[in-house]
Amino acid sequence: MLIAALARIVRDVGLAEELAQDALVVALEQWPVSGVPNNPGAWLMTTAKNRAIDALRRNKLTERKHQELGREIDSQQGKAMADLDAQIDDDIGDDLLRLVFTACHPVLSTEARIALTLRLVGGLTTEEIARAFLVPEATIAQRIVRAKRTLTEKRIPYEVPRGAELAARLSSVLDVIYLIFNEGYTATSGDDWMRPALCEDALRLGRILAELAAREPEVHGLVALMEIQASRSRARVSASGHPVLLLDQNRALWDQLLIHRGLAALDRAEKLGGEPGQYSLQASIAACHARALTPDATDWARIVELYTELAQLTPSPVVELNRAVAIAMAFGPAAGLELVDALTSEKLLEGYHLLPSVRGDLLSKLGRFEEAQAEFGRAAALARNSRERDLLLDRAASCGPR
Amino acid sequence: MRFMMLMIPKGYENAEPGKMPDAQAVAAMMKYNEALQKAGVLLALDGLHPPSMGARISFPGGKPTVTDGPFAEAKEVVGGYWMIQVKSKEEAIEWAKRCPGSENETIELRQVQDFAEFPADVQQAASGFKEMQEQAGQRRGS
Repeated sequence: MLIAALARIVRDVGLAEELAQDALVVALEQWPVSGVPNNPGAWLMTTAKNRAIDALRRNKLTERKHQELGREIDSQQGKAMADLDAQIDDDIGDDLLRLVFTACHPVLSTEARIALTLRLVGGLTTEEIARAFLVPEATIAQRIVRAKRTLTEKRIPYEVPRGAELAARLSSVLDVIYLIFNEGYTATSGDDWMRPALCEDALRLGRILAELAAREPEVHGLVALMEIQASRSRARVSASGHPVLLLDQNRALWDQLLIHRGLAALDRAEKLGGEPGQYSLQASIAACHARALTPDATDWARIVELYTELAQLTPSPVVELNRAVAIAMAFGPAAGLELVDALTSEKLLEGYHLLPSVRGDLLSKLGRFEEAQAEFGRAAALARNSRERDLLLDRAASCGPR
Repeated sequence: MRFMMLMIPKGYENAEPGKMPDAQAVAAMMKYNEALQKAGVLLALDGLHPPSMGARISFPGGKPTVTDGPFAEAKEVVGGYWMIQVKSKEEAIEWAKRCPGSENETIELRQVQDFAEFPADVQQAASGFKEMQEQAGQRRGS
């Protein structure tokens, strides 16, 4: 929040980030001594703004920019305290959106957009981002530095685009929001299988965007997808912290409020008409699960249809892998395995733990336990999340000599 | 985290059946609801009919006993609620403060219990639902 509001003032996301961090450091030094101020948020903002002036002087930025900032701060400082009490209002949403649209600006590469949004909006470390995208940490760090420099050099306005530009830039924003959601939904690293706060951040961004771009079906499609997936949060972790797979989940724990919201958002997307986009299709798939009271009641044939549509719209080996799972459920494990076997030579799936995991599952269903065990072992070796690794090792063990 | 904002209007405990808020108050409240929605924090909201249209079910000695409204002993009753998702209790309080409430209205803010907060044994107890559900599924299937 602090970064978003500061960036609006200094018009430089990199600088805003540093200022926010500085302010936090000052707070950590002072608060234990002076006590926590009545309004910590406002205190941080005022401190950061003062630092902004210092930083600009120190860096000898252009006089023009200096004056511009000085004016803005002078005029704002008086009412800052009053205003900041209301920081929670629409401004926050707008600031966040400005930040998202700036971070997702087409002047940046897709990789840079994702990295920057995760860093600035999602608050992930460069290491976490690096793991999410299977590249070295140094690459991500460099990507972020370059992205910030590009935004400054090209004088990218810190704003939410309007009209035709909004539609064009939306898909990039949707992709980034969904990536943030996914990082929270299945953490790529660490001991926690999920990071619910990240899911909530992504959902909130999605919900804000759904009001701002209410006529865009895909925004509602994305919100629907995230709401329905988030509805399973409680059920997909066991009391001991282990992941629970979709079909093993206790459906009584699914959050009916979020399912209801998800189905309503999907309905909204469908009512807007047009060919369904990738998020609406994925939301429709999620909705098939949400509507099934028991795993047996799942409409797998419909899910296969939806995955086939999705594969045509956005061909990818990951979609193919999911389609194979659906085919196995609808038409038996042998049919699914045939498709999965065809994917084993796929370059893009090299190192992707879900490929051997799915293959192991289908093999074990066909009674080929020895091969299944090897596949689960391979999947466990590739999994980066320790909870997920445990689950895969358990499955490997359960395929052992019987 | 989720919070329930419970709206408690004074006198609502004795309101006539079918009592509705006036148009002006609704208009102001709609603006507020819109702000909640635009900020992406609103999950659900509803207004409730007065107790005179409801009933209370109590369990003296473990046996359900139904009393039709209004309820003579009730001092304050809920008139409606918002369910919001926010970052902190402070943020929830900020939102509640911005509600265009009138002199005779109070908002009670209550955090929704998170499943993850439950101790392991309570979470275990909750998984008892699963068997119930499976049995229900088998019944349907047969």
